[in-house]
Amino acid sequence: MGVFKSLRMNLGFWLSRIFGKKRARIGIYGPPNAGKTTLANRIVKDWSGDGAIGTVSPVPHETRRAVRKEGLVINANGASIHLDIVDTPGMATKIDFREFMAYGMSEEEAKKRAKEATEGVIEAIKWLDDLDGVLLVMDSTEDPYTQVNVTVIGNMEARNLPLLIVANKIDLPNAAPSRIKAAFPQHPVVQISALEGNNLDELYNAIALHFG
Amino acid sequence: MDLISEEKLNRMTSMEKIRLILDKVKTGRIVVLESGLTPEEEVRLIEMTMTEIRVDEFSGIEIESYPAKRESSFVGRLLGRNSSKGRMTVIGPANQLRTVEKDQYQISTKVSVGD
Repeated sequence: MGVFKSLRMNLGFWLSRIFGKKRARIGIYGPPNAGKTTLANRIVKDWSGDGAIGTVSPVPHETRRAVRKEGLVINANGASIHLDIVDTPGMATKIDFREFMAYGMSEEEAKKRAKEATEGVIEAIKWLDDLDGVLLVMDSTEDPYTQVNVTVIGNMEARNLPLLIVANKIDLPNAAPSRIKAAFPQHPVVQISALEGNNLDELYNAIALHFG
Repeated sequence: MDLISEEKLNRMTSMEKIRLILDKVKTGRIVVLESGLTPEEEVRLIEMTMTEIRVDEFSGIEIESYPAKRESSFVGRLLGRNSSKGRMTVIGPANQLRTVEKDQYQISTKVSVGD
């Protein structure tokens, strides 16, 4: 990114802070199957009453195009924050069509999905340049030290943009959100279940605090 | 396996590093970078990897590193950007290199030969 663009963006950030502009474009990031679209659907339903913005599936890379929902207003923590949320495709460093065939897809379908999934990862990366902050969704039952997590966190730190880690799937018996907190102690972590709706008030308070 | 020194990496542009890594990994080599990549370079490497995935030829990379060290300067703060110093990183073909365990202090990987 050029120096002038970077300077302009940073100036805009501070001016909006000073003059109280409370509209932020927040990307929902994470590895495949972390529950990003489930969370996006939940936020949209809670604050606009609209239906789902994306379909969810146990098959990885169900979301292969970024979807933006504009103009959500979240009232939490004594404040009102205007958000655009962007549900991004799962980030990955490898995509093998054979993984999809294990879910019963034909070879042709699996190859098509793999091709679209690679495009989705690129789209998710491109979106990083157009965001004011990130909700990084992690599966609490999985090892948090994945390269996708490390890379997204590193990029947000390099851009000096706010990041909120969402430790999802705490309803599952083998969830261990404390591992996520231990892995990334420099960032706030909120434990939720997007599927069951557990702890969402805490999440909305954190969103208002960090992105407002 | 190729171990690439910090001195060599410092003389290369980001694109040269990414091209070097992908060219080696696509021929089945494991690459260890002494000083790693910046977060921006890591994300560009993932992006380039996605464009080069081919059915039955190349399914992507396995990359493992520790979180980058942040270095904040006055100019960096003015521009709203922190410089980051990359740390030792191992990269290999996804079908040959597998991470067994990783924590803050240690990365354990398994390398399959002849897959």
